Amino acid sequence: MALQRRTFLGVAAATAGTLAAPMVLAQGKPRVVVIGGGAGGATVARYIAKDSDGAIDVTLVEPTRAYYTCFFSNLYIGGFREMNALGHSYGGLAAGGVNVVHDWAVGVDRDAKTVTLAGGASLPYDRLILSPGIDFVDGSVPGWDLSAQNAMPHAYKAGSQTELLKAQLMAMPEGGVFAMVAPPNPYRCPPGPYERVSMVAHLLKSVNPTAKILIADPKEKFSKQGLFEEGWANHYDGMIERVGPDFGGANTSVDPAAMTVDIDGEVTKVDVCNVIPAMKAGRIADIAGVTDGNWAPVNAADMSSKIDPNIYVLGDASAQGDMPKSGFSANSQAKVCANAVRGALTGSTVFPARFANTCWSLIDTNDGVKVGATYEATDEKIAKVDGFISATGESADVRAATYRESEGWYDGITADMFG
Amino acid sequence: MIVRLLLALVLLAGTTAQAEQGGDAARGEELFNQCSGCHQVGQGAVDRIGPHLNFIFDRAAATADGYRYSASLKRAADGGLVWNYETLDAFLENPRAIASRTRMSFRGIDDQQDRDDLLAYLRKFSDDPQNIPESAPTAAAVDHTVAPEILAIVGDPAYGEYLSGECTSCHQTSGAGEGIPSITRWPADDFVTAMHAYKVGVRAHPVMQMMAGRLSDEEIAALAAYFEQVEE
Repeated sequence: MALQRRTFLGVAAATAGTLAAPMVLAQGKPRVVVIGGGAGGATVARYIAKDSDGAIDVTLVEPTRAYYTCFFSNLYIGGFREMNALGHSYGGLAAGGVNVVHDWAVGVDRDAKTVTLAGGASLPYDRLILSPGIDFVDGSVPGWDLSAQNAMPHAYKAGSQTELLKAQLMAMPEGGVFAMVAPPNPYRCPPGPYERVSMVAHLLKSVNPTAKILIADPKEKFSKQGLFEEGWANHYDGMIERVGPDFGGANTSVDPAAMTVDIDGEVTKVDVCNVIPAMKAGRIADIAGVTDGNWAPVNAADMSSKIDPNIYVLGDASAQGDMPKSGFSANSQAKVCANAVRGALTGSTVFPARFANTCWSLIDTNDGVKVGATYEATDEKIAKVDGFISATGESADVRAATYRESEGWYDGITADMFG
Repeated sequence: MIVRLLLALVLLAGTTAQAEQGGDAARGEELFNQCSGCHQVGQGAVDRIGPHLNFIFDRAAATADGYRYSASLKRAADGGLVWNYETLDAFLENPRAIASRTRMSFRGIDDQQDRDDLLAYLRKFSDDPQNIPESAPTAAAVDHTVAPEILAIVGDPAYGEYLSGECTSCHQTSGAGEGIPSITRWPADDFVTAMHAYKVGVRAHPVMQMMAGRLSDEEIAALAAYFEQVEE
């Protein structure tokens, strides 16, 4: 199977190489359509436009005019960031030569190589890049579906959901209970739910110090667990209770009307409930037919789909191997993909793939931690090469510097995404 | 001008002996250690990551010969910025308050006395330039020795541009940045030296050790070549 696929891709690559020049002459500029304007999509659109210097026609399809980053949105809950500081416009991409279309992509015809938009337009492409982020798996938390997202917000796509969750926390009765239903692997931003618990605890400690936090978690272990648990003991002692699978955390259902959480038969009345369901690739990946199960499998060398070599899938939606689903990962994958797509369409030099990721989390004021790794492309997957993680017991100075670094990273990656 | 400003400061700060001199230059020399990663001052000082600081007082901003300034500092200079006690003091307190997107990746010095002492030290190299002490040049941004044959590698800027994608997830190409330092327009030798120092673990930062750890000598040279000439 794997051998067949490689043979097929090899032929495809050779064909693209020999035909690139005549195709340009015959049909004008090669066309790239990118769906989704987040860390993967914005970056890949910007890099292809920038590096091809006008030789490739790049269209980005993104429904929202202002993009709110999911990364750092927990800091809004904790009171460390304003919501408007998380918002970014697409003006920089447009100025950089990207044709930005604010619409929903609703169809992909892989034979005709066109994308259909909700507004009715049809966009032809030579290469299609999907970076749609995540959607939720129906029924993963019994009792919850999208129609319950106002009663029990997921807040796992940043913006109004994040604001709703914070408003509910602020309105919580004194000594009330905040519950989180944590997601099963794999999901966007592995430390995200636990950074969120930290930020909720930080907020409640100042406005509602007798409040309690209950986590129902289907996972044995979680990202940066030692660091978070150390931080919770240091800053929020006695406030946070986590029920893992050994005590039935995987057997959780909710009742949004009654505002109850049922963990393995034990029903708790809660005041605010954050349900983070199981995740899958954003819907357009399904519509395009490039998913296998919940995610879209890709080749590690260039992020091309294992199902259609003219389609690439970036970021959270892709099944690529060892990289966590994060904005940093998507940004890293986007640059590898941009280089490969440019090479395929214009014959520019294609350099070997290399990937990296770092995730920073804030536990309390000036208490930042991080985890990161480098990756390489193998025949099977994106494989981890080397990594590091913050140590428990680090000095306050180191933690403060790590937090400052994360703020610098936010400025850096958003400049890299949006120009 | 300087005298008038200093006098004003003396009046504000009270009349200790030190304040009358505008600060303790000996202490300022020690404080300069936090600057010497990028700036040289004194005999033989040359531009490194930042411009040399000889004759900095009363110099119009962005005018040290041969140094490639950020667009941001050039704009400030076009606006009439001249370095004097007052402007240097404000710049040292918060570099971003004077020019927001320079390559001066420095958080600033909160303590007024520290700034006074540092400026007293720097003034020695402007007041009486023919009398610069015969001391060794202050430490350059070189905390590690790299073999000459590695420094001699000529990097490929095109490859460096591709590799730079790994850097620009955090470091801004514009040279702006707080919390994450600027890496644009560094002299290639300094860039190569710093990266090799991370690679062998002499410099401590875990992310940078990881990133540099898998870069070959040629890849580091390529990055240095790219970032040395990148347009902001």
